[in-house]
Amino acid sequence: MTVLGQLALWLALLLGAWGAIVGWVGGQRGDAVLITSARRTTFALAGLLTVALVSLLIALLRNDFNVAYVASYSSRNLPLPYKVSALYGGQAGSLLFWGFILTWFAAAAQLLTPRRYAYLMPYVAAVTSVVTVFFVAVTVFGANPFDRLGFTPMDGNGLNPQLQNPGMVIHPPMLYLGYVSITIPFAFAVAALFTRRLDVGWLHAIRKWTLLSWVFLSIGITLGMWWAYVELGWGGYWAWDPVENASFLPWLTMTAFLHSVMIQEKRGMLKRWNVILVGFSFALSIFGTFITRSGVISSVHSFAQSPVGNFFAWFLILGGVFMAWLTWSRWDLLKTEARLESALSREASFFFNNLLLVGMAFSVLWGTVFPMISELVRGTQVTVGPPFFNQVNIPIGLALLALTGIGPLIAWRKASPGNLRRQFFLPVLVALIVGALLAAVRLSDAYAGIAITLGAFVTTTIVQEFVRGMGARHRLHGESYPLALARLIGRNRRRYGGYIVHLGIVTYFVGFTGLAFKTEMEASLKPGESVSMRSPFGQELTFTHLGISQYEALNRFVSAASVEVTRDGKRVGVMTSEKRQHVDSFGRPTFEPSTEAAIRSDPREDIYIVFAGAVNGTEEAVYKFTINPLVMWVWLGGAILVFGGVVTLWPGGGPTDRATRRAMEGYRTQLVGEEAGT
Amino acid sequence: MRTAIARRDFLRAGALALLPTGAQQAQRDTAVAPLQQPDLAGRPQDPVNDYANDPFIVGVERRLRCTCGCNLDIYTCRTTDFTCTYSPALHREIVALVQQHKSADEIIATFVAKYGESALMAPPKEGLNWAAYLLPGVAITLVGIVITWVLVRRNHVRVAEEAAAGAPSAFSDEDEARLRAELDQVES
Repeated sequence: MTVLGQLALWLALLLGAWGAIVGWVGGQRGDAVLITSARRTTFALAGLLTVALVSLLIALLRNDFNVAYVASYSSRNLPLPYKVSALYGGQAGSLLFWGFILTWFAAAAQLLTPRRYAYLMPYVAAVTSVVTVFFVAVTVFGANPFDRLGFTPMDGNGLNPQLQNPGMVIHPPMLYLGYVSITIPFAFAVAALFTRRLDVGWLHAIRKWTLLSWVFLSIGITLGMWWAYVELGWGGYWAWDPVENASFLPWLTMTAFLHSVMIQEKRGMLKRWNVILVGFSFALSIFGTFITRSGVISSVHSFAQSPVGNFFAWFLILGGVFMAWLTWSRWDLLKTEARLESALSREASFFFNNLLLVGMAFSVLWGTVFPMISELVRGTQVTVGPPFFNQVNIPIGLALLALTGIGPLIAWRKASPGNLRRQFFLPVLVALIVGALLAAVRLSDAYAGIAITLGAFVTTTIVQEFVRGMGARHRLHGESYPLALARLIGRNRRRYGGYIVHLGIVTYFVGFTGLAFKTEMEASLKPGESVSMRSPFGQELTFTHLGISQYEALNRFVSAASVEVTRDGKRVGVMTSEKRQHVDSFGRPTFEPSTEAAIRSDPREDIYIVFAGAVNGTEEAVYKFTINPLVMWVWLGGAILVFGGVVTLWPGGGPTDRATRRAMEGYRTQLVGEEAGT
Repeated sequence: MRTAIARRDFLRAGALALLPTGAQQAQRDTAVAPLQQPDLAGRPQDPVNDYANDPFIVGVERRLRCTCGCNLDIYTCRTTDFTCTYSPALHREIVALVQQHKSADEIIATFVAKYGESALMAPPKEGLNWAAYLLPGVAITLVGIVITWVLVRRNHVRVAEEAAAGAPSAFSDEDEARLRAELDQVES
C-alpha cells in the first residue's frame, strides 16, 4: 500500500503543477478547455490525496512496522481510535493530512460556489493547486510518511500518551480544518486581484468559507484548551505557548476580517484592508505551521526539528512577496467608495475593533518572536512567558470586550444623541450597578472586576436587542415570544448569530476571570490522612487519601490514587487521579509515565486533583490539589460561540418571498397614503 | 495547609518523636503498605514539606523559568511534569536561598546571574525589552489617535464647507431631528 501512497503523492505533485498552470493560463485567456481542466484537476487532487491518506491509514491498521512512520507513532496494542489519530500524530502524517483536507476544500469550493462567480474559479483552482503542490512537495521531499526502514521491528513505539485522549482525536483535525480552509478565502482574494474585479462579489463568494474557517478555528482552539486542561495536568488551559499563539493569530485576523468585510459590503470602504487581512490570515496559518515544525522557537508542542521548516520559511517569503506585488499593482482599484463621517458611528466602532484585533495579533506575534529578535540584536536569550502576554494583552482584550457591546448597537454613518441614549442607557446602568456591587464585595482582582462589569454591559446590549426584536415580532405578527425568538434568529441569522457569538465571547471572559482566583497546594498523604483548603467562594474542601490501586488496562499499567472529597462537611464523592505507564505488546515500558488528572466540574468551580507519585514506593501519595473557579464557563463560552457561528453560517435565513411581497405592499401603501395626505 | 490527624496517628507521632531518627524511618516504612509495582507508579516522590506551599517561594518560582526547556515556570513545572528532574532541583536552590534570608529580588538576581536573562518568565523592563512591552500599546494608541483625528478633522471640514457654501440644508433642523428620530425608531 505504501507504494500506492507514494505513487499518489508523486502524481499529485505533477497534477498540482498542471492545475496551477492551466488555471492561471485558462483564466487569462478565457479558454474553456483549460478552465475545465483546472477545475477537474482539483477533484483529481482530492482523489489522489485520499488514496495516499488511506494507504497510510491501512499501514497503521495493519501494523506495518516496516514503515518508519507506523513504527514511530503506533504499536500493536494501541487502541483503534488512536491508530486513526496517529495519522496526524507525527510530522509527516500531519502534513499529508493537511494536504488531504486542502484538496477536499479546494474541490468543494469548485463544486459549491455559485456560477455567477465562475470568472474567479480558474484562479481559485490555480491558487489551491499551488498550495497543494507546496504541501505535497514538503511531504515527498521533507517528511515522507511512506519511508521504509531497513528492518521490521516487532512492535512500534506507540503514540505519545498525552495524545491518547479523545480531545486529541478531534482537536488537530478541527484546527487543521480551520487553518486549511483559510486557503479558500485567500484563493478568492488572489482571484479577485488577478481579474481586477474587486467589487463585493468575491466577498459574497467567500462569506461562508470565511465563517466556516473561523468556526473550525474556534472549535480547534477551544478543544486544544480543553485537551491541555484535562491532559497536561497543570490545571490551566492557556499558557501563551508559541504554538497556542500560532493558532490564535489567524483567529484574531479572521475575526477582524469578519467585521471589516461588513463595512465593505455596506459602505464600500476598507477594500485594501480586507485584501491585506485575508493575505495576513493565510500567512499566519502557514506561520503557525512553520513555528511548530521549524524548531526556531522552543515549544512543548513542537515536532522534532526537521528540514520542513525551511520549506515553510521560503513559502512564506515568496508568498508574501507575491501577495504584496499583486496588491500593490491593484492599489488604485481598491480605492474606497465612501468616507468615514463620524467617530460615533458603527463604521468607526468597527475600525477600532479592527485596530484592537489586529493590534492584539501584533502584540501576540511580537511577543512570540521577541526572543528571536532579542537574540539577534543583543545576543541575549529572553523568555517571553505568560506574565508578559497577560500584561500586554489583558487591557486590549478588555477594550475589545467593551467594543463588542458598542459596535452592534451604534448607528451607521453617524449616531445621534437619541440613538446613543436609547441603545446604551440600560446597558450602562446595569454595568454601573454590577461594578458597584463588585466594589462593595471588594473583589480582589481589578481586571476580573472590569471584565465582569463589561460582560454585564455587553450581555445587556445583547438581551436588549433580542427583547426588542421579539417584542416587535410579537406586536406586528402576533407571534408568541418563543416563536418570535426562533423566527427572529431564523430570519436574520447573520445579525442574531453574531449576537450569540458575542454572548459566547462574554461567557469566555467570565470563565477567564476565574484564573485570578485559582487556589492550589501540594500535600503528601498516607491512607486515611486528610488535608483541607478553602475555595475562593469561602467553602472548606477536605481531601482524604483512600489509597493507591494498581492494575493493567489496555496498553498501560495504571496506578490510581483515590481521594474522598467533602465540601463544608458534605460528601462530594471519590475522585481518582492516575499515573499511567504505557507499555508495548511485550509489556515493555514505552514512554515516561503520564498523569491523568481527576476533575469534578460545576458552574462555580472545578476541583482538580493530580497524583504526582508515591513516596518511597508506598501508598503514601503526593497530590496537587487545585480549585479552579468558573472553568466550566470557558467551555460553555466555546460552545455558545460555535453555536452562534453555525447559526450565522446556516444556509438561508433571508426574508421569504411572501414576507418581501408583504413588506413592499406595505411600503407602497404608505407612499400612496402619504401622497394622498400631502 | 491544615491537616486533620486521627487521634491514633497523633499518639503514634508523639511516641515516634521520642525515638531516634532511624527508628522513625523504620516505622514510616511499615506504617504504609508498599505498592505492588512501585517502579510503574511514576518517579518516586519525596514527602511534601512546608516549603512546597510557601506563598513566598511559590511567588518567586512563578517568576522564574524551568531550565528543562518546557517554557513553564518552576512552580508549574515541578507540580505538573513529575518526570522533570530540573524543577525539583531549582526548587531546592530557591529553598536554600530562602533559608539564607534572601529577598525575592535577590533570589531572582542570583538566578539571572547563574542561568542568564532567560531564567526570567518575562523580560526585565530595561533596554531593548522596553520595545517588547511598549510597542503594541504605543502602536495601537497612535493608530487610534490618527483615526480619531482624521474623523474629527473630516467632520470639521464638512461643517465648514457647508457653512462656506451657505447652501441651505435640504431639511430644516426640525425635519432633520424628525428624520433621525424616525430612523432611530426603525433601527430599534
